[in-house]
Amino acid sequence: MKALLALLALVLATAVTAPAHAQGWPLERYTVEDRNSGYFYLGRQTRLLQDDDFQNPGMFAVDQGAALWRRVDGTQGRSCQTCHQNAADVMKGVATRYPAYDAKSGGIINLELLINRERVEKMGAAPFAYESPELLALTAYVSHQSRGMAKNIDISGPAAPFFEQGKEFWNTRRGQIDISCAMCHDDRAGMLLRGDVISQGQTNGHPMYRLIWQSISSTHRMFEWCNTSMRAEPYPLGSPEYLALELYVAWRGRGLPVETPSVRK
Amino acid sequence: MHAVFFSLVVGLAAGVAAAQAQAPATAPTPLQAHLTGPIPPLVKYEIVGNTTIPQPLTERPGDPVRGRRVVTDASNSTCLICHEVPTLEEFPNQGKIAPSLEGLGSRYTAAELRLRLVNPKLLVPDTMMPAYYRTEALTRVQRQYVGRTIYSAQDIEDAIAFLMTIR
Ligand code: HEC
Ligand code: HEC
Repeated sequence: MKALLALLALVLATAVTAPAHAQGWPLERYTVEDRNSGYFYLGRQTRLLQDDDFQNPGMFAVDQGAALWRRVDGTQGRSCQTCHQNAADVMKGVATRYPAYDAKSGGIINLELLINRERVEKMGAAPFAYESPELLALTAYVSHQSRGMAKNIDISGPAAPFFEQGKEFWNTRRGQIDISCAMCHDDRAGMLLRGDVISQGQTNGHPMYRLIWQSISSTHRMFEWCNTSMRAEPYPLGSPEYLALELYVAWRGRGLPVETPSVRK
Repeated sequence: MHAVFFSLVVGLAAGVAAAQAQAPATAPTPLQAHLTGPIPPLVKYEIVGNTTIPQPLTERPGDPVRGRRVVTDASNSTCLICHEVPTLEEFPNQGKIAPSLEGLGSRYTAAELRLRLVNPKLLVPDTMMPAYYRTEALTRVQRQYVGRTIYSAQDIEDAIAFLMTIR
């Protein structure tokens, strides 16, 4: 049923080639100064799909995440809920602050890796694989608790060098095609790349449900996709390079609302 | 469709070199043999007047029919990602992030187009347009493309032959 729905959604979404800058759409919520959420560039049908919790295919992952939140796992006999109780209260606002500098590892940590660390250290459970449905579901569930809240990324102090590293990544031409992230997402947002409207490459809706993949997907998977479309050697998901990039990109979208689960083409 | 075509190319790649040895000199090479088979040596070229490469990169004259397939090949950095070509109206969803290539054959000489395709950075240093025949000064090229150009020398010549027909 879900798969059928997703297929239908894909057909609908691809039928709309130009952005529906529909008159009267409440786009103010998706724009802060010159920064636009990917939602801004979507066609009408995809926007409707994201807006309706009963049809949004990403809500399946959120529901799965809720179940995993309560599921006891690992040697300590605990679930997330054992320590944190009600996610709607305690996880509210958390996703607005990540990725962030992490004193313990001396590097950048994002929600996915934070959740895995909780599993290992607090639950005595094995970490989930980076792009596994379980890790995505928990990340989506936690992020969902901040829906509508503004992204607020701290790049000061020890985070600063990682921010610079991410910014340099963003602006460096790479791959056989020899283009940078900035060339598409800073300079040409709103223009047509083949049949696709290029967005600003914001991450405020992540994990997102990507229609062409028909699955809930992480920010790093998207980085990998963009990297290989430049014919550049991607970095591993969860790598320090992608964490620094994620920090820069999240800061770039400061003030944009958390939309998880967003629906994107 | 393209995936099928691509795997076909990969599957054939091993046999390509051998097949080429026997094939008559006039048979066109498969579209992406240079991306999957043995790495062909880079043809040297001479830039004249900073804007042209007058000498063709290959002996065999450009074939506009194959050139049309080259520049519209969706799985290999087609010009249509970024440019519109009004005479290719059967290809939907043409990009609009670069100038239209309308009337290209009347606006450019083959020698000018050759430099434009081989390495447009020599004309516009910060251009977004990829260099279709260059392997050096690139960052972190994906493993399977290291040392390879986007187009083969013959692709460049065939593409130019087609582009010159856009009037
Ligand atoms: C050739 C153009 C191009 C380049 C270069 C490119 N991207 Fe993208 N990117 C796209 C397209 C097309 C999409 C899907 C539609 C959209 O959201 O723009 C996308 C989507 C994204 C998204 C998801 C946006 C959302 O709303 O969920 C992110 C994040 C992103 N890109 C980051 C990057 C990063 C980081 C780089 C550099 C490593 C990069 N992109 C390079 C074309 C590009
Ligand atoms: C990733 C984007 C991209 C791709 C792919 C691309 N180009 Fe371009 N091209 C550009 C941009 C941007 C310009 C604008 C001028 C500049 O920056 O050099 C341009 C300019 C040109 C010009 C000069 C236009 C004029 O009106 O003077 C020609 C000719 C051209 N491109 C031909 C091609 C051909 C042929 C192909 C495919 C084999 C191609 N381009 C692929 C981005 C691209």
